[in-house]
Amino acid sequence: MTIEHWLRVWNYLPILLQGLSVNLALLGGLITVGFIIGVVVALLEVYAPPPLRLVAFGYAWIFRSIPEILLLLLMWFGPAQFGIKISPFIAAVLALGLRSSAYQAEIFRGALQAIPVGQALAARALGLSRIGAIRYVLLPQALRLSLAGWGNEFAVVLKDTTLAYAIGVVEVMRQARYIGSREFPLTLPAYITVALLFLILTYAGLFIIGKAERRLRIPGLEARR
Amino acid sequence: MLLRVEDLYKRYGKEDVLKGVSFSLDKGETKVIIGPSGTGKSTLLRCINRLTEPDRGRIWLEDTEITSPKVNINRIRSQIGFVFQDFNLFTHLTALDNVRLGLIRVKGMSKKEATERAMAELARVGLADKARAYPAELSGGQQQRVSIARALAMDPKLILFDEPTSALDPELIGEVLAVMEGLARSGMTMLVVTHEMGFARTVADEIIFMERGVIVEQGPPEQLFRSPKHPRTAEFLRRITDLYGGEQ
Repeated sequence: MTIEHWLRVWNYLPILLQGLSVNLALLGGLITVGFIIGVVVALLEVYAPPPLRLVAFGYAWIFRSIPEILLLLLMWFGPAQFGIKISPFIAAVLALGLRSSAYQAEIFRGALQAIPVGQALAARALGLSRIGAIRYVLLPQALRLSLAGWGNEFAVVLKDTTLAYAIGVVEVMRQARYIGSREFPLTLPAYITVALLFLILTYAGLFIIGKAERRLRIPGLEARR
Repeated sequence: MLLRVEDLYKRYGKEDVLKGVSFSLDKGETKVIIGPSGTGKSTLLRCINRLTEPDRGRIWLEDTEITSPKVNINRIRSQIGFVFQDFNLFTHLTALDNVRLGLIRVKGMSKKEATERAMAELARVGLADKARAYPAELSGGQQQRVSIARALAMDPKLILFDEPTSALDPELIGEVLAVMEGLARSGMTMLVVTHEMGFARTVADEIIFMERGVIVEQGPPEQLFRSPKHPRTAEFLRRITDLYGGEQ
């Protein structure tokens, strides 16, 4: 690995960044899917009647147990069996999103359960329905309490997006691989460059979440680290 | 008659908490429930707005039977204020938003209208200048006054107070009792569980003495304090006067 190799990788940087933008798109998709489903699953786990609650816990158990790489492959080959064609990108968003939803559900469930029971009582005593109490009182508090744990999940799923490589999504890892196969001596520098890009991305992401946490901070309702 | 409670029973596990409680409340009346801890006073209050479901018995608010399975309980609850021992202000909302929430989300008021009403109620409890403060930034006494404003804003037919000063430091009790006394004088219908005998004596129209899930005795404060009919009442009053001192 010489200086010259590094300089040549530098020339490939636009390609790597293009790959990285695909990772960011995957991230946006999967974290949104994970958030929406995660909130629903957490609410079911905490407030639903027993049969539905069991379904929610079962869901979280399944998607926390199956290795991600396997989820990706199942989501990629599974629908094709039934004649449903989805792109590798969509398959990756769904597989990684479902996995993340199970973890996000656990974060939100913990936060919901940390809210003192008096909050729900006061909400119901005002005349709010069960749904109203959840919507206006319990969920807003739980989401704020979740921010710290959610930041951690963000750092995890950001890196998970590279797994989409396995089902042929042309993201940053695949671009690095292309560079290496075109010019073998560049393999290691390319991978190291990708690693550096992720260092920067994770730092930037956590910085933004930290900022959001401070902005949303309410006295007496700090997210506990 | 504004509120009528008839033969109320509630059991938790093996313990009978309420064993046939009956009483009534007229419009504008303030009744104070006293009695030893663990005798079902709080359970009784929570049964009245069905935060706790009674096992047996009936409750009417004016002509509506609250205990009927067909009743819209959310509607009933919006007409009954509830003030908790530990305030239970919504921790993520400012004082103003705490008071506004029910107006907007339960009563369907516009934001502007709700804000005006909420500010008026905060002013009524002397906290207009704290409208933008979060609960954690307020003293216990201030929090409890906000929670009273939150109840008042809903225009309740009746307010239930569940030991509203028991969680407060002694020097903060006075400000809350003063607000409550003002309410009683202004004609609000109130049912108050408290250990504040001074308040019971000067503000209550009638005192209900409860023990072990039943009403032992009820009557005007003077009669109950001067010449209780039941030896248990006399005994309790003697003990609590030793503990808290007589008049405050």
